[in-house]
Amino acid sequence: MSEWTKHDLLDLQGLSAAEIEMVLETAKSFREVSTRDVKKVPVLRGKTIVMLFFEPSTRTRVSFELAAKRLSADTLNISANSSSLSKGETVLDMAQNIEAMNVDLIITRHSSAGVPKVLSENLQASIVNAGDGCRAHPTQALLDMFTIQEKLGRIKGLKVGIIGDILHSRVARSNIIGLNKMGAEVTVCGPSTLMPIGIEAMGTKVNYDLEEVIQTSDVLMLLRLQKERQKDKFIPSIREYAKIFGINAEKLKHAKKDVLIMHPGPVNRGVELSADVADGKYSVILNQVTNGVAVRMAILYLLLGGKQQ
Amino acid sequence: MTEPHKVLDKEHIRRALLRIAHEILEKNKGHENLCIVGIRSRGVPLAERINQHIKQIEGEEIPLGILDITLYRDDLTLIAHQPVVHETLINFDLTDKKIILVDDVLFTGRTVRAALDALVDFGRPASIQLASLIDRGHRELPIRADYVGKNIPTSLDQNVKVILKEVDDKADQVIVVNRNQKENNE
Repeated sequence: MSEWTKHDLLDLQGLSAAEIEMVLETAKSFREVSTRDVKKVPVLRGKTIVMLFFEPSTRTRVSFELAAKRLSADTLNISANSSSLSKGETVLDMAQNIEAMNVDLIITRHSSAGVPKVLSENLQASIVNAGDGCRAHPTQALLDMFTIQEKLGRIKGLKVGIIGDILHSRVARSNIIGLNKMGAEVTVCGPSTLMPIGIEAMGTKVNYDLEEVIQTSDVLMLLRLQKERQKDKFIPSIREYAKIFGINAEKLKHAKKDVLIMHPGPVNRGVELSADVADGKYSVILNQVTNGVAVRMAILYLLLGGKQQ
Repeated sequence: MTEPHKVLDKEHIRRALLRIAHEILEKNKGHENLCIVGIRSRGVPLAERINQHIKQIEGEEIPLGILDITLYRDDLTLIAHQPVVHETLINFDLTDKKIILVDDVLFTGRTVRAALDALVDFGRPASIQLASLIDRGHRELPIRADYVGKNIPTSLDQNVKVILKEVDDKADQVIVVNRNQKENNE
């Protein structure tokens, strides 16, 4: 694989294993740029990247912005509450107006699944999905796979347990798709009320026994309990959730010796992870954040480098 | 139609690199404050070999770096698909160092221009000197080499290929091929 032909990054369903491999390989080269004194390379000089976020985000937005800036692209930020959306403009109208100012790439996040796809069908600019509803968050899955490969040297053949609120998690869905393509074996675990029906069809096992998942997994990926989405009483209480599905040092005693603890952030300390585990020796949560910049640089480079048709 | 023309063999290459190592040490009055940076891909093994010669002569290696110039190319917006980026590995501070930049073939000078831009992002070297195994002419930028293995006058429809054991897994040699001519060794 030496030629990248994709114009957008909407989800991992749209990438082949070879393309995922190419992203991870390219990211490896970009990691070094962020360790220099001069953290900038001129490769996307003159390109304009717009971040169109309709949902709050700190980590992802900052990560994309740093990635774009370190490649010398110009960036600008538009968030929903300060934009003309509050005057009733539609998302597509707004995006078309932004594109009319000759931007090259739009990074978008929206609470509805499919918004990035609609934009990609109607705009010339490349679209990068930074999360759409509960559907997909491809760059998070890519940086998770990058971190696994960095720490364990491979992805193929590993057992990955994804634990928590699977129902509302776009991170889980993108990871299931991506890890499967890369040859890992995924098991999801969580309260049955937060387990989507038919999730097995995406290529994952379902196991409600957390202890067994902890014992057999090479990687444990914890998901944030999305408190803002618990209004419908999926779980009796956060305290009960933490007791049954939260991970602490005691439960980890039965884990494999070199298990990786991952979390897409932000961590609810004391809910899905106890503080000693979140900061403990198995945790690679901050590595994930560091790697996120490199992976996003790789995506922007691959989508924007080369001649525009 | 002419056959691919071998201009240097293994022994020629070895002697040329040994001479370059001597010239580097002569010009810089020893190996103090020197470091060597190879441009990917074939500049890297050449830099390693020169460094080995320096070690034989001076008893000590000098710091070695690897530079990938892809992100600094001036033709990225002109080529259809983006080239694969490889890792740059420079694990030492370049500031106030005398840098020997190594490439296999010096041609238009555009690779060296990109490499100079890249190096400056890593610090402010005292000086940068250029060593090239082959100088084939046809410069498009005001750049010249300080150390040359061999000058080979070429025409623009010819290609100079440096084949190195480390990269190509074949015996070292330098050949000149006409662009429209099939290479029988590939």
